[in-house]
Amino acid sequence: MVANLADVTPGSKVRVVEIRGGLGIRQRLSCLGIHPGDLMIVQASGIMRGPVLVSIHDNKVALGRGVASKILVEVIN
Amino acid sequence: MRIALVGQPNCGKSTIFNYVAGYKAITSNFPGKTVTYSLSKVNFQGITSEIVDLPGTYSLTSFDLAELETRRYLLREKIDVVINVIDASLLSRGLELTLQILELNLPTVICLNMIDEAEAKGIIIDVDRLSQLLKVPVVTAVAHKGRGINQLFETAFQMGQNPIRGKIFTFSKDVELVIEELRKHLEEKKYAQKFQVTERFLATKLLENDQHFIDEIKKIDTKFIKKVKDYQQQLEEYRARTSDVVISSERHHLAMDIYESVVTLAKPRVEIRNYLDNIFMHPVLGYISLAIVLYLFFHFVFYIGELVEEPLLAFFYQFLPYLEEKLNNNSLIFYIASGMVQGLAGGIAIVLPYLVPFLLGLAFLEDTGYLPRIAFLMDTFLHRIGLHGKAIIPLILGYGCTVPAVMATRILESERDRFISSILTTMIPCAARITIIFGLVAFYLGPEAALLVYVLNIIVVAFSGKILSRLLPEVTPGMIMEIPAYHIPSLKVLLAKVWLRMKEFIMVAWPLLIAGSIFLSLLKYWHLETFINKLISPITLLLGLPIAVGVTLIFGILRKELSMIMLVQALEVTDISTVMSATQIMTFTIFVLFYVPCVATIAVLIKEIGAKKTVFTILFTFFIAICLATATRLVY
Ligand SMILES: Nc1nc2c(ncn2[C@@H]2O[C@H](COP(=O)(O)OP(=O)(O)OP(=O)(O)O)[C@@H](O)[C@H]2O)c(=O)[nH]1
Ligand SMILES: [Mg+2]
Repeated sequence: MVANLADVTPGSKVRVVEIRGGLGIRQRLSCLGIHPGDLMIVQASGIMRGPVLVSIHDNKVALGRGVASKILVEVIN
Repeated sequence: MRIALVGQPNCGKSTIFNYVAGYKAITSNFPGKTVTYSLSKVNFQGITSEIVDLPGTYSLTSFDLAELETRRYLLREKIDVVINVIDASLLSRGLELTLQILELNLPTVICLNMIDEAEAKGIIIDVDRLSQLLKVPVVTAVAHKGRGINQLFETAFQMGQNPIRGKIFTFSKDVELVIEELRKHLEEKKYAQKFQVTERFLATKLLENDQHFIDEIKKIDTKFIKKVKDYQQQLEEYRARTSDVVISSERHHLAMDIYESVVTLAKPRVEIRNYLDNIFMHPVLGYISLAIVLYLFFHFVFYIGELVEEPLLAFFYQFLPYLEEKLNNNSLIFYIASGMVQGLAGGIAIVLPYLVPFLLGLAFLEDTGYLPRIAFLMDTFLHRIGLHGKAIIPLILGYGCTVPAVMATRILESERDRFISSILTTMIPCAARITIIFGLVAFYLGPEAALLVYVLNIIVVAFSGKILSRLLPEVTPGMIMEIPAYHIPSLKVLLAKVWLRMKEFIMVAWPLLIAGSIFLSLLKYWHLETFINKLISPITLLLGLPIAVGVTLIFGILRKELSMIMLVQALEVTDISTVMSATQIMTFTIFVLFYVPCVATIAVLIKEIGAKKTVFTILFTFFIAICLATATRLVY
């Protein structure tokens, strides 16, 4: 099932399918190790449309809601 | 010989730098502390060299001002040896930057730092194999303990004397083909020489759509940019992905291959800190714990300060009657001597008792890694005032000193965000103003009143942010921020950091406080202060403050502490509550909190956001100060 990262419930394991959005976001995410095809775990989601916390390659990254909604992921379980 | 420390944010570059240069660069546990380079001459094993600490950068395609500074330094300055520092616990990601550094073809040594962290995660690295693969020396280190640093610099010196270049890795065939063709065109045009990089490096960066290089070339040769676009398109057709993604995925795969061939994974250690975020970043518990942390911090500062302030003040003030007795209290010498005593008393007895515990507490929070968690929790609120979570970092640093806090806005990507957060940081009570809140409000009106000032301040900052983002409507790019692992701070580093920040206070503020107090004494001796007070009287009258307070407001622009310390002197009492009512104390504090940034802040604002915007900041904060202080007079 493909969804955008902002809507995934915390605790899910997901695979990055596509990163939408401009060059800036794409390059920034790739620097933090988030590329299409990578596995990550959604750890927490802030209240009131707050940011999303993911763990990827053993490292935690916080993504603003706007950024997260540009990342399409496939929920694995 | 010049040696530059290059690496991703938070990998320990400044810690290594400090180990050899003495504690000069601020280190803390969040990405993006160092925003400007620092340089130090170091004599080590009989060799004198220049060591440069650079801001951390995730890649050599730069986004924020701090990263741009590193790239500019790397490309423009003459560097004999690059020490590429990698956080060993994040090896695969770190290698992506390493691959780009190797493309620069400079003599390079790799430092695998934070080996202790890697081991805790169960990452065991075959160092020899890594060195063979990259064809450069690799040294392991635990920088905050000083482990491995001597060997690192020995290796770097050897490299400086007999430079060798590392291996330049190649991408898949189809990608290489495109790079090679673009490279040939670049060779004809000699653009690589212009930027002082290798042709291959420039070719890959152009394919990656690096804004800086594209803009530079566009200025002189638009035709060439069209050619670049053609090659980008060619890549996109091959791979059905944008060209920047093609290159970054290639690099990612290379890094993963290297990672997999040098790392064996063991079971990660079970540690409490792995579970802390279940509380600290929890949507409900996170905010509760934040409130508790700030509450404890506040009381820690207050109780230590209070404990020390009273006896110290009593100690200094016992000299005043003595002076009066010994010297004719109308003589010039009496005025100078009592001015000096009051300046000293203010600096030592009022400021230090609160400054030291505050700086210690701030350093502790910084080094544990709690600040990025606060950024995560505050992101949603900052969005409401048109900023994003990362902007909380300069705001928090603003509680220490406004000058570095304004510089820390460099970690924000957009110019508008930097402008708004610069203005907001000037309104955050810095350590100097904190001593006013504690030394005056908490001391005379009790800790709850001081807490009220803080809460009010946060509300005002939020409202101002809202107003400013209405004036400058633009969508903030959104937060993308690494959340580092928690560390247990080392006491030695904490103390060194407190000392570094205190030194500034002692060297700059103390002489100013004493000179200011003597100056005020002289003004009084010649009865000039009444003239100044008259000039300021429209403000003091409006705010219902004693006329004699006027002169302190002028001094406050030099250093914010001055206005409080001189208050004692201007009013000619040792106990302020005998001449100022609670309302007046509160009004004075609110006014001093917001009105006009201090001189040092104005200077850094001009540098960071320009003179025009600085003038705007001054007027804006002055307006807020007048409104709020008048309101305080009426309602408190
Ligand atoms: N556990 C552990 N912590 C370390 C080590 N080296 C540095 N640290 C800590 O890691 C944090 C980051 O170190 P810094 O030296 O500030 O990092 P930096 O690379 O200068 O970071 P930026 O300036 O933001 O790019 C600090 O809190 C250090 O005390 C290490 O080898 N092991
Ligand atoms: Mg640093």
